[in-house]
Amino acid sequence: MINSAADYRIVIGLEVHVQLKTQTKLFCRCSTRFGQPPNSQVCPVCLGLPGALPVLNAHAIELACRAGAALNSQLADFTKWDRKNYFYPDLPKGYQTSQYDLPICSAGHVDIPIAPSVNQPESQNVYKRIRLVRAHLEEDAGKSMHDEHSGRADSKIDLNRAGTPLLEIVSEPDLSSAEEAKTFLSELRLLMVYLGISDGNMQEGSLRADANVNLHFAKEGQFIATPIVEVKNLNSFRSVERAIEFETARQYTEFLRTGLAKGQAPKQTRGWNDALGQTELQREKEEEADYRYFPCPDLVPVRLTDAQKQTAHEQSAATPSHYRMQLIDEHDLKSTDAEILIQQGKPVVEYFLHCIAAGANPKRMSAWMLQDVLRTLNDRSIGIELYPVSPKSMAQLLTAIESAKVDTSQAKQALAKLLEDPNLTVDAAIDSLGIVRVDANELESLCKELLAKNADVIDKVKAGNTKAVAALVGQAKKKNRNADPRSVQEICLKLIADMQ
Amino acid sequence: MNITPQTLSLTALGKQLRSGALTSRRLIETHLDSVQRFNPSINAIVSIDADRALAQADHWDQQFALGRSLPALAGIPIAVKDNLCTKSGTTTCGSRMLRDFHSPYDAHVIEKLHEHGAILFGKTNLDEFAMGGSTETSIFGPSHNPWDPDRTCGGSSGGSAAAVAAGLVPASLGTDTGGSIRQPAAFCGVCGLKPTYGRVSRWGLVSYASSLDVAGVFAHSVEDLAIVLQAIAGHDPRDSTCLPHEVPDYLSTIDQSSVRQTENIRSTRIGVIRDQIESPGLDEQVRRSLKDAIETYRKLGAQIVDIEMPHSKYCIATYYIIAPCEASSNLARYDGVHYGFRSKGPEASTLDRMIQQTRSEGFGPEVRRRILLGTYALSAGYYDAYYLQALRVRRLIRQDYDDAFAQVDALLGPTTPQPAFRLGEKINDPIQLYLQDLFTVGANLAGVPALSIPIAQSSDRLPIGMQLQAPPLGEAKLLAIAAAYHRSVEHQPTIPAAFQAPQS
Repeated sequence: MINSAADYRIVIGLEVHVQLKTQTKLFCRCSTRFGQPPNSQVCPVCLGLPGALPVLNAHAIELACRAGAALNSQLADFTKWDRKNYFYPDLPKGYQTSQYDLPICSAGHVDIPIAPSVNQPESQNVYKRIRLVRAHLEEDAGKSMHDEHSGRADSKIDLNRAGTPLLEIVSEPDLSSAEEAKTFLSELRLLMVYLGISDGNMQEGSLRADANVNLHFAKEGQFIATPIVEVKNLNSFRSVERAIEFETARQYTEFLRTGLAKGQAPKQTRGWNDALGQTELQREKEEEADYRYFPCPDLVPVRLTDAQKQTAHEQSAATPSHYRMQLIDEHDLKSTDAEILIQQGKPVVEYFLHCIAAGANPKRMSAWMLQDVLRTLNDRSIGIELYPVSPKSMAQLLTAIESAKVDTSQAKQALAKLLEDPNLTVDAAIDSLGIVRVDANELESLCKELLAKNADVIDKVKAGNTKAVAALVGQAKKKNRNADPRSVQEICLKLIADMQ
Repeated sequence: MNITPQTLSLTALGKQLRSGALTSRRLIETHLDSVQRFNPSINAIVSIDADRALAQADHWDQQFALGRSLPALAGIPIAVKDNLCTKSGTTTCGSRMLRDFHSPYDAHVIEKLHEHGAILFGKTNLDEFAMGGSTETSIFGPSHNPWDPDRTCGGSSGGSAAAVAAGLVPASLGTDTGGSIRQPAAFCGVCGLKPTYGRVSRWGLVSYASSLDVAGVFAHSVEDLAIVLQAIAGHDPRDSTCLPHEVPDYLSTIDQSSVRQTENIRSTRIGVIRDQIESPGLDEQVRRSLKDAIETYRKLGAQIVDIEMPHSKYCIATYYIIAPCEASSNLARYDGVHYGFRSKGPEASTLDRMIQQTRSEGFGPEVRRRILLGTYALSAGYYDAYYLQALRVRRLIRQDYDDAFAQVDALLGPTTPQPAFRLGEKINDPIQLYLQDLFTVGANLAGVPALSIPIAQSSDRLPIGMQLQAPPLGEAKLLAIAAAYHRSVEHQPTIPAAFQAPQS
């Protein structure tokens, strides 16, 4: 009998459908644009009319190869199309064109960042490798809409989405918590978006996941697996996390109650009900459904050339991990700060790197990105491409702080001016603040005057508390509002040191 | 001999239209009159848009009057099998499922016919979804053989064959998946060509078995086959299986001086498949006619070579696995959800029941049989033993053809085991009916071009056909070899007396 909560682990595998960012559908030239009037983006091919035939969209192959390269998968030399036969109202041909035994990508892995353990230094990233089974291309189905308000159940079908290219990525059951599953999905999304493979828009269904979940209970050095449950309809990071948490608890209770292990109970498919926060039984099957896969005789197999594979590898270099390493190893950012930038997407990271290239101090720039730039983007609801201040100006502004031309609060005022009027030069913005450069000699005599009046500060500094000079900044400002705080502190410390 | 538009070749019709001796309107009216008079007895044409045909005829007549240089088929009526999608009228596939179906687009072959000036003159009867060999499974009832109305015109393109044989049109299009052009051509005493798989686009050809289907031509002469093939062949980016190879000038290879032709035939090696000629199931009159034809070729100087096709005995079994497997999936789209027939019966209360009832009521027994066969053969546990095995045997059959064509330029044999059988004779015995495809399915499995030409009449005055097959894309040579035979025996296309239009 199992009665201890500590004696089990969670085993999760994800199947993720990624909508590829092609202009047109996988086998016809209809647009893939989202949100158009129902059935306005259809043709004889995606409607499954008699006599219509599919023609492969080469761009989908290119994107799938790029994804495969980024997922460290093996790209097939030879891949083909198979029909998955089943009846469903939003499947107009009565079969889905997919890939069965020869997928375009096999194996592979994704390294996901996981929380570092207590005894590891905070700056060091820890990764877990999630292995992949495969990734294959297939066409999406249409969308059924059920209107139960109109008295009789009234169903409508929108086939705009039918035939949209999807890459189905299947992981090994290497995920061991709801949080890991969420991180995996998030990392996958980031990868697809960075490489231009998908727009990753989860609200529009560009990324959808199904999770296979079960528990392994330890018993006398062996383990007992509970029946695998496939949870469908996970369309947000949050629903992935919640559904797995729910399902884990449910299976735990169920197993304690019934004691039924894998093979002793039918495999279940459950749907996630986001509103009620629970998974609901959709079907139970003793055997796998028989889809009668066979090679599609209307399409020709695809042979990937070495040149195509080479291109895929070249186009898959700029991954989030690549940027992470650049930010952390090259520019010495804290991993948590780097992660915030990475999560903002490639254009933000590129903006940051352009600022660095233009001479901005990486650490200071990172702080400014996190505090100022991102806030402005958020306040204005704009992307970085609409941010008014160029990387060159930003670098100039930050350099002005380095050279003590302005202090931080003045630089921020100057940034505000630049945001209001993008045509302003950095110098003009600083000038407009009315900052008068205080002469070095003048500043030094001011400091001497202050130290003479504050013997306690001198004592404190001499005792090792250098921060005590900060108390003099306020007084200096009162006497001369243009006095630069950093310079005041530096000069005071130097004067005290000279006293010894 | 009476010279009516009915017996004129496409070339002769073209000359008359260009000289003004004949107008397209008169041609169309004559054929409309024939249809009205004769179609009820043979049921070859199932729908026709007379006004549209006449309007097109008037258009071409204006163009002829202006003395313009016009495409080869300008103003000439051509009928097409009703599984080829046409924007005008219905495309029924002879099925209750699509009885009222209007295609929003034209098949590639229809576009090509229009491009070459042809006037779409009616849709022809067929076995439901092209499944059958007697045009008896059509929702419109059976078509009849113009040479003997009690007999079948063959199938599945029976309507197209009968329409040409009865003089209702000078040429027609059919489709051939296992012999559906060559067998009815043989039964009806006309010429029928199944091109190389992929030589003609399948865009708009309603799929039965995608890896076997191809559209082809019926006409009275080999020259006419060449003219129509010239119009419909060629690459189409909408069909991934369509071949990109350039289309040769088919007519010029046939239309040569007799001296050149004699030279050509002297350098030709013709393979005779002994197993077929000596087949115990072959009708004696057919056997004798074929032996005569072989002698004719020998006299023309061709080298006759015996050919072994060791795997040909597996053709029927292989075909009747592969074709139903593909059909079971190709016909899954007819579910009553989006278009076509939908069962309204009380049993169709839920979605699943609606789909079941729709398919049970919308398809006839032969289509249901093949869908069930294919579904079974593709099922888990049977796939390897049936479908995969059939694919392996198909490769061996292709290898037989490759080996044969390493030795000879063409293969000669019977098209059918015997002349046209009686209507109703085999419809309740599927195996007997399937065996009719014995000599024809090989060409589909191997994807090679093949044709049937009339070579004799039986004692019952029933036509006897001869099949010639050539290597992939060897249509030019195939047509030339067939034409040489007809020229040598001075073949005259004839229409059964009962269908000869009166002189006007």
